[in-house]
Amino acid sequence: MTAVALFTQLFAVTVAVVLAPLFLGWVNMCRAWLQNRAAPPLTQPYRMIRKLLRKDAVIATDASQLFVFAPYVLFGSMVTAAAIIPALAVDLPFARAADAIALVGLFATARVFIALAAIDTGTAFGTLGARREMMLGFLAEPALLMVFFTASLIAGSTELPVLADVHQYRSLAIHPGLAFAAIAFLMVLLAENARIPVDNPATHLELTMIHEAMVLEYSARHLALIEWASALKLFNYACIGFALFVPWGVARDLDSPRVLALALAVLCAKLAVAGAVLALIETLNAKIRIFRAPEFLAMAFMLAVLGLLVRLLLQS
Amino acid sequence: MPEPGLGLVAALAVALGWLAVGLAGLLRPHSTFVVSRLLFPLGAAGSVALAATGLAALLAPPAELVLPLGLPDLPLHLRLDALSAFFLFLLGSASAGISVFGAGYFRAGEGTSPGLLCLQYHVFLASMTLVLLANDAYAFMVSWESMALSSYFLVATQHRIPEIRQAGFLYLLLAHVGAIAILLCFGVLQGGSWHFTFDAMRAAELPAARASLAFALAVLGFGAKAGLVPLHVWLPEAHPAAPSPVSALMSGVMLKTAVYGVLRVTFDLLPAPLWWWGAALLALGLFSALYGVVFAAVQTDMKRLLAYSSIENLGIVFAGTGLALLFHAAGMGAPAALALAATLYHCLNHAMFKSLLFLATGSVLHATGERNLGKLGGLIRRMPWVAWTALVGTLAIAGLPPLNGFVSEWMLLQAFLLTPDVPQPFMNMLVPLGASLLALTAALAAYVMVKFYGVIFLGQMRERTLAQAHDCGRLERLGLLWLAACCVLLGLLPALVLRLLDGVTGELLGAGLAHAGSGVFGLVPVAPERAAYRPVVFLVGIVLVLGLTVLVAKRMYHGRTRRAPAWDCGFPLQDARMQDTAEGFGQPIRHIFDPFFRMRRELPSPFDEHPVYRVTVEDRFWGVLYLPLARAVRRTATVVGRLQTGRISVYLAYSFVTLLVLLVIVL
Repeated sequence: MTAVALFTQLFAVTVAVVLAPLFLGWVNMCRAWLQNRAAPPLTQPYRMIRKLLRKDAVIATDASQLFVFAPYVLFGSMVTAAAIIPALAVDLPFARAADAIALVGLFATARVFIALAAIDTGTAFGTLGARREMMLGFLAEPALLMVFFTASLIAGSTELPVLADVHQYRSLAIHPGLAFAAIAFLMVLLAENARIPVDNPATHLELTMIHEAMVLEYSARHLALIEWASALKLFNYACIGFALFVPWGVARDLDSPRVLALALAVLCAKLAVAGAVLALIETLNAKIRIFRAPEFLAMAFMLAVLGLLVRLLLQS
Repeated sequence: MPEPGLGLVAALAVALGWLAVGLAGLLRPHSTFVVSRLLFPLGAAGSVALAATGLAALLAPPAELVLPLGLPDLPLHLRLDALSAFFLFLLGSASAGISVFGAGYFRAGEGTSPGLLCLQYHVFLASMTLVLLANDAYAFMVSWESMALSSYFLVATQHRIPEIRQAGFLYLLLAHVGAIAILLCFGVLQGGSWHFTFDAMRAAELPAARASLAFALAVLGFGAKAGLVPLHVWLPEAHPAAPSPVSALMSGVMLKTAVYGVLRVTFDLLPAPLWWWGAALLALGLFSALYGVVFAAVQTDMKRLLAYSSIENLGIVFAGTGLALLFHAAGMGAPAALALAATLYHCLNHAMFKSLLFLATGSVLHATGERNLGKLGGLIRRMPWVAWTALVGTLAIAGLPPLNGFVSEWMLLQAFLLTPDVPQPFMNMLVPLGASLLALTAALAAYVMVKFYGVIFLGQMRERTLAQAHDCGRLERLGLLWLAACCVLLGLLPALVLRLLDGVTGELLGAGLAHAGSGVFGLVPVAPERAAYRPVVFLVGIVLVLGLTVLVAKRMYHGRTRRAPAWDCGFPLQDARMQDTAEGFGQPIRHIFDPFFRMRRELPSPFDEHPVYRVTVEDRFWGVLYLPLARAVRRTATVVGRLQTGRISVYLAYSFVTLLVLLVIVL
């Protein structure tokens, strides 16, 4: 492990943690423009976090230590995930500790903790949200895993850096399997990040909430961490998408700082486009009923499996 | 013939010691003090010794021993090789925790007296040890049957309750159906030589059709013990009926003896496997896993939920075995070793976390007297020891990194990724899709475990009596902590365990894993650029980030924290009954997996004076398979019963006719 690699690792994590709320702000801005509204400033998520950090924390009387601990686990998992995903450079020392499957496991850990914390307060909405979140999770998680499998079969590896590297430099062939996987991944991204059409991040109606219902009892620093972690999760998912489907521009040889700067610029450009596309999708679609959400995700799962099958058919 | 190694003698000594401990229980059958302070701790010491023996024997050459006991022309053959050693290690390390817990758990006044229970419990342990050591069919069957019988008596501990007697009977019935299949399997395996030692079976040359028959019988027989669908019906009845340490022992350890049997027969006794055996076992295993987890999600009894989860986990184990067979038949040594290592690892993991969770339910049961999830809740505040150790088990069984459940699932998924290289056309396309079922099962397991943990330990207490619940005693804590520590260690140090497993894979497949670049903390099953997982680095990373976050948050934040009643969107009438129930948590699963269930719903109409809501979910196999079978048996019995009139003269006439017929045949 060289000093350069270590620096790159720290830089990548810092960029992710700092940029994530900005990306969320950008998505919200694009959405406001598309809906003919005056957009909130790009820094709105940062202000939100700062405001929350100033407030007094209120914890439900019935809540146990798990409730207090869960936001930290959530935030920690998302930062760790950012350290694995090759957003800026492929040679990340920490990425050797975990591969794509472990990444899925990491997301699952975060989900399980926040669902348990939601049950912990013993409120009707909290448990409702936890149940719904776990329901979406058990459908989205295998779909995501199958997306990774399709890419892994092409690259012959489940290591994310290798996946990004192979798709970037070695195989320029067209893989129809990956097209299915890309659609499935997009659907999983929407569901896992509580976006329309599965969930509405801006909703104030408790009965339709999924993610928001789980965090209703949180306040102040805990809520700030959760909001930040949600932004990071969206950022991470976007970066996974880039690594699998449009990996071009990720730095490979770190011989000069310019390479890293270039990679950062490319990442920002990709995020700008992705944010606009996400806003467009959210504007064009309506939220589906909660009972239809399993169908949506089952479709994602089937598409991912289909992608795998296509890959296997074409290979033999 | 190899020397009778020290390991074999030590294992035998532990088994005999357990028998002695059990018999000692009969001296003072009603004294809880003697049993819990002396005998169970002694048994636990035996477990530790057995675990150490197994560990030492894993990398040692096989040892054999012939004792002049048993049938006149068939002395008792014992053998300790790497496969037996691994399962002995599993038995020892899991039962150590369970026995320590049991020392604090069993008490007088609950059905069978403590002394008798102690005898049954230790005979159960000793017979499992002998099953693993047996090297001839006779010794195997005798110990297999004594294992089934002793566990039957343990299941029926509270024999005054009719449901428990019924559950015990069902268990005994299916255990014997399985035993018959195993007996027939040995009959086929001896291949006309009429020698029933395992050595003779290894040497027998079986044609493909006979070998396939033996394989099918082995899967049927051992599958009945392991709870492979559709032979699983006894499992969700018997496990909840037994006292919790016995449930833990049955689920965590006894089910693994069935896995041992399948591995012993298919990889050791049978000649080279055919590829479709692997495919069949894989399909059966995956179906079992999905079926088990879907049913676990809709249970409302905490021990039934865990029993269904055992069906799921054994399904995963069988799927892994099938995958290993498939690779082995195709001559792919390294992938077969990976799949087999994943299977064995999952056995070990399941022994730890399932025992832990069953013991935790035992503590909850003792503290509250309640098995129904609808009457529990909020116990983390009254029973912190149980709750926090159970959290480790919950996260481990949900397959979350960096705990142990994730390691074996990760390895199995890696093995699935190698299946496109299998030579059979179609198979190389179909089998990778099995990975999607495995992924779905694993994700559903997380759902089930969130339900399990959330409803029992979190939220508000659903009954007022729960406020008097007490945490478990010191011995029980020790047992729980031991198993939780095993879960953590198995999760963090997979490389060490895999090096030990090389002995088993080398013995059964002649191939091991490539350990290049894995070091002490890493897990690199094939090649570093293909896949690597380093749980310790992973954990250090997370802990580092967590610590930093806490530190920064403490620094930046003024730290003013208040306690207030839950907000719940300002709803004023919030109470414990408004939380999601176990039924509520099962609702999405009932909705999505509707065809799996036979449901009976009783829904209230808006005009009911006394609205009743009831949903019962039943196993379809009862209606499809078991009830018709039971009816057929009863009909046949009625027909045959006509022969029995109760008059001696008629019976004498039967004997006379039989003699005549025999004479005609002989002459």
